[in-house]
Amino acid sequence: MLDILKPPVLALQDFYSLAGRAIRNIVRRPHYYDDIVLQMDIIGVGSLPIVLLTGFFSGAVMALQMSRALSQYGATGQVGMIVSISLVRELGPVLTAVVVAGRNASGMASELGSMKVTEQIDAMRALGTDPIQKLVKPRLIATAVVLPLLTIVADFVGLVGGYVVAVPLLSLTTAGEYWNTAWRAIEYNDIAQGLLKPLVFAIIIALVGCFYGMRTSGGTQGVGRATTQAVVVASVWVFVVTFFITRVFVNL
Amino acid sequence: MPEQSILRFENVTVTFDEIPVLDGISFEMRRGDTCVILGAAGSGKTVLLKTAIGLIKPSAGRVFLFGTDITELDEQELFDLRAKTGVLFQEGALFDSLTIEENVAYPLVNQRAAKRKKREIRELVEESLRFVELAHTLDKFPSELSGGMRRRVGIARAIVTEPPLVLYDSPTAGLDPITANTIVTLIIKERDVKKTTTVLVTQRYQDGHLLANFRYNPRNGQVEPVTGNGHSDTLKTRFLVLRQGRLTFVGDQQQLEASADPYVSKFVKREI
Repeated sequence: MLDILKPPVLALQDFYSLAGRAIRNIVRRPHYYDDIVLQMDIIGVGSLPIVLLTGFFSGAVMALQMSRALSQYGATGQVGMIVSISLVRELGPVLTAVVVAGRNASGMASELGSMKVTEQIDAMRALGTDPIQKLVKPRLIATAVVLPLLTIVADFVGLVGGYVVAVPLLSLTTAGEYWNTAWRAIEYNDIAQGLLKPLVFAIIIALVGCFYGMRTSGGTQGVGRATTQAVVVASVWVFVVTFFITRVFVNL
Repeated sequence: MPEQSILRFENVTVTFDEIPVLDGISFEMRRGDTCVILGAAGSGKTVLLKTAIGLIKPSAGRVFLFGTDITELDEQELFDLRAKTGVLFQEGALFDSLTIEENVAYPLVNQRAAKRKKREIRELVEESLRFVELAHTLDKFPSELSGGMRRRVGIARAIVTEPPLVLYDSPTAGLDPITANTIVTLIIKERDVKKTTTVLVTQRYQDGHLLANFRYNPRNGQVEPVTGNGHSDTLKTRFLVLRQGRLTFVGDQQQLEASADPYVSKFVKREI
């Protein structure tokens, strides 16, 4: 029994150790600004097309799904409110995080994993740089900055997607009513959780991606395994953590 | 004694998942020594080198690098000692996303003790690449070079800061005999020109034999066999043989060749 529990407990310990060192190093010099900007470009600008697409269609499909239910109650005018609440509170942050986890947690794990198996991480340490500072910190900071921004973009294009379905396509409501109800439905509480969630997800995605990359072993096969694990674990944690954050905000 | 001691292992044991990879290793290297570590694949040679610069922490015993006990030092404290050590990793371990120039400049840019101006860095990089006869590759990426060239760039990167101690991890593994000889010649040249303390980990006895019996002649730029007694005192080459994490032999070349141990003699009996 103990033997079964040992590897996950040790892995968790390693993860906390990496997370602690990465977060402690955020304020510690040296800062590799070039790497932070490069990662922001890769994660932020690189993810923009896919975030726009998923955001737009998730808003559109929400409006489509709600059209029938709302028409039963004669409340089709409220479609803007429903789309905006569900997007800002939940769908925007979670879908963006899952997309970025799939795209970037895997990228981090495979890049760092390849460096690990070819001894580049050891070489980095031998040549005077701390891989946590040089590799993990820029990815953590970059993800924490761009994921909330990507989420805002996803929320907005999601609303546009909902609008396209609700107004020109199905004529559920007028443009003015759609945007008015969408805008008025959102409270500060929603914005707070809508922005806190991507920040927490960003930390999870970056740390999980880097963690699996840094502990890769077993050649190219190991890199593949690390990549898969990073995406799976990061995505699952996004869903678990969103539940707990929502639980806290529902009680507020 | 401590100021002369460059590297000392005191009863060092390293375990991975409770399996000992190095078991009770003790040896000492002084300034100017050459040490050839022989051993089959998986005998712990690479682990020994990594332990020497604190990349791997021993589970028992102590490692002294330049007289400092590094066993308890944290990563930040180790950087200053590592700055005085050059390492050529197996397969070179070049950063594949950086150009050759950026690779060789990496320690100059990143070591805290060695902050230099851009122009000075460029000059040092060019000089180091000229040393390994690859000055024309500055803008190339590692993937554009052959295996032997990558090792040579690895050597250029290891010695660009002119460290007093250089560790070479299987520099000739997987190379053809001609390229392998070029690499060993460069190692001899570096040792004799810069007077560095050298640790060479290898599976090939020929490499050790060359290191022990040849020296670089700066007058004609060639590597020549040592003749007469005049040089013998300066050629302090010791051989260590590792077998499954244990040192089975420590001694000079004559003792190595005279060894009756079947494992040791397997390395020596190869044709030179």
